Amino acid sequence: MPGLWERLRGGLSRTRQGLGDRIRAVFAGRQWSDELWDSLEEILYEADLGVDTVSHLLEETRTLVRQKRPKLADEVVEMLRRAMIVDLAGNDHDPWYLPPERPVVWMLVGVNGTGKTTTAGKLAAMMKARGHQVILGAADTFRAAAIEQLAIWAKRAEVPVVSQAIGADSAAVAYDTVTAAVARGMDLAIIDTAGRLHNKAQLMQELAKVHRVTGRALAGAPHEVWLVLDATTGQNGLSQAETFVKTVAVSGIVLTKLDGTAKGGVALTIARTLHLPIRWVGVGESLDDLIVFDAKAYVSAILGETQGTSE
Amino acid sequence: MFDSLSEKLEAAFRRLRRKGVLSEADVREAVREVRLALLEADVNFKVVKEFLAKVEARAVGQEILASLTPDQEVVRVVRDELSELMGRQPARVTMASNPPTVIYLVGLQGSGKTTTAAKLARMLKDQGRLPLLVAADIYRPAAVDQLRTLASQLDVPVYYSEGANPVELAVQGVAQSRKLARDVLIIDTAGRLHIDEGLMAELEAMEKKVPAHETLLVVDAMTGQDAVRVTESFRQRLPLTGVVLTKLDGDARGGAALSIRAVTGLPIKLITTGEKLDALEAFQPERMASRILGMGDVLSLIEKAELSLDRAETEDLAKRVESGDFSLEEFRAMLQQVKRLGPLSKVMEMIPGMGAMGKLKNQIDDKSLVRVEAILSSMTPLERRRPKVLDGSRRLRIARGSGTTVQEVNRLLKQFQEMQKVMRQVKGMRKGKRGVPKLPFPPMP
Repeated sequence: MPGLWERLRGGLSRTRQGLGDRIRAVFAGRQWSDELWDSLEEILYEADLGVDTVSHLLEETRTLVRQKRPKLADEVVEMLRRAMIVDLAGNDHDPWYLPPERPVVWMLVGVNGTGKTTTAGKLAAMMKARGHQVILGAADTFRAAAIEQLAIWAKRAEVPVVSQAIGADSAAVAYDTVTAAVARGMDLAIIDTAGRLHNKAQLMQELAKVHRVTGRALAGAPHEVWLVLDATTGQNGLSQAETFVKTVAVSGIVLTKLDGTAKGGVALTIARTLHLPIRWVGVGESLDDLIVFDAKAYVSAILGETQGTSE
Repeated sequence: MFDSLSEKLEAAFRRLRRKGVLSEADVREAVREVRLALLEADVNFKVVKEFLAKVEARAVGQEILASLTPDQEVVRVVRDELSELMGRQPARVTMASNPPTVIYLVGLQGSGKTTTAAKLARMLKDQGRLPLLVAADIYRPAAVDQLRTLASQLDVPVYYSEGANPVELAVQGVAQSRKLARDVLIIDTAGRLHIDEGLMAELEAMEKKVPAHETLLVVDAMTGQDAVRVTESFRQRLPLTGVVLTKLDGDARGGAALSIRAVTGLPIKLITTGEKLDALEAFQPERMASRILGMGDVLSLIEKAELSLDRAETEDLAKRVESGDFSLEEFRAMLQQVKRLGPLSKVMEMIPGMGAMGKLKNQIDDKSLVRVEAILSSMTPLERRRPKVLDGSRRLRIARGSGTTVQEVNRLLKQFQEMQKVMRQVKGMRKGKRGVPKLPFPPMP
């Protein structure tokens, strides 16, 4: 997967601090010594992995170090890397694949400002480029101009969009979208929902209703629910994921804004604790800036390496 | 999930107390708990390190070791240092002596600039100012529409000119403010990455042409470790004067606030706490310190209660309870009010000391509440008012109707009887002229 890697490297090389090379500067070619644990810990914390995951990863690595007694620091980094990749196991499913039964319905959920509408536009454009007939549903009827925003993305992607006026019942929009997808023989319907903070019980109930009503329009729908997560988010990401998973059947994560300096490590913590796969990452604002998640490249980015893995 | 800091400290010191005398190492153990709490709250790793060095220097001193309640002393030192770091006094948005005052809102994508711009316009309007909003986000689709929609709700004008670039929009915005006799210009800029050279240069160009009196960085309260890098990068390019912390109505601990203060010294001037346009408040350093530590925040709980509960209904309920009229009907009404406060676990977290009652925490969960409510809702109004009529067959019907068991129904009724007893005692106490809580929250099954 050169795409992700090139882009992430592109993003990293833009930082002035030269953060990217830190792991190389600290570890490359050096003898392993116990003082280096602190540096490893710092790198993991600064990637937003959180207390539990950092302790777990260091514990795994410590056990291996005790067993194998590596001489070089690079070997220890390698052990850590493998522990992280194990936590992300099971992420090799092709997210572009659509099952034969059409239309397939996807729903995008998440807290405010993570990039749901933008992701909906990107997914629509990219699925269309793969030869699918796509329809968008503007079920974010709350945020001012969210409907207009999605309509502009739909125009760019050259796909139709189902919408009602602001303040309309979002479940009704979702229902209409699915019905339209069935009537027009579409392959994929993508429903954009309003951003909501997961601790607002009423808004979460509303989301559950949108989900339920979608299933009434077409049995089995929505087939996938993507949780859109901002890579700059810290440990609250886990609390977000926990609540959304409880409310609607979330099938995976879209990790957006990974083109900045944030590492999005909380996604690994979510994947590890909730067994929720990361499916795509967002790396920019163009129509095609959404790429399939690659565990190895992501782990390298967390470790702050500017070159590919040694494997 | 995260256990509150107080709870952890209490546990750590309970173990230690058995030893009799506390050593420096014991205090370090407590400091370690503080470290985990801060890291879990997303405070930057380096900031945590420096902060704890300071706390430890104070905590290892005699004042704590000699104290009878060392756990509380450690918490006090931590809180003191935190509040000190965050600034004691709320910082304010300043106005220029020569209008128009120019306020820029800058930040990453999705941090909430456009919504904050509208909220700020509303706040200033309420203070008797005449704000003009400038829609300078020409990149995000429909961003201008979004600002216009929000502004129309406030009856505040928006300046925008199709085809103009952001620098031109700022310049023309000033001219427009003179023409319309507006005294504050709020410029909503496009979200950008701090490492996007082109877009950062654009902001510099804007501020060169139209110098700012306030440049506020809008930061999402959920931001993790990256908050420091983002703020530093923006500050290198722009004369930032403060920070707006958004989405504090979420359950993020908001450690970013501490990181930003510690690294840049920038004051946090405003916070946003809801989707409505009046949800913009002055930043309260003390409250934020408690929140980051997960130490419970009674003030927020009270505010939340005031917002969520139906005052008339609550008072009516309290009156009925006080007059001894406490049946299952009132009990159900109470439950419904409590539910409006949000998930019970969250409500409990806000109550200081509740953290220590770990056992209770497991008993009181929203699921059991749902079952209790189901049982109550499966009764007829008569049964709720006069539980005495509940014979075996009625109980069976209720159990079936609520998807529970007769045992659960029985348990609820028994607990209710005990509750009634307590209520009667409370009433008796009242006659004895002792203080009484207005709305006694019943113990849960």
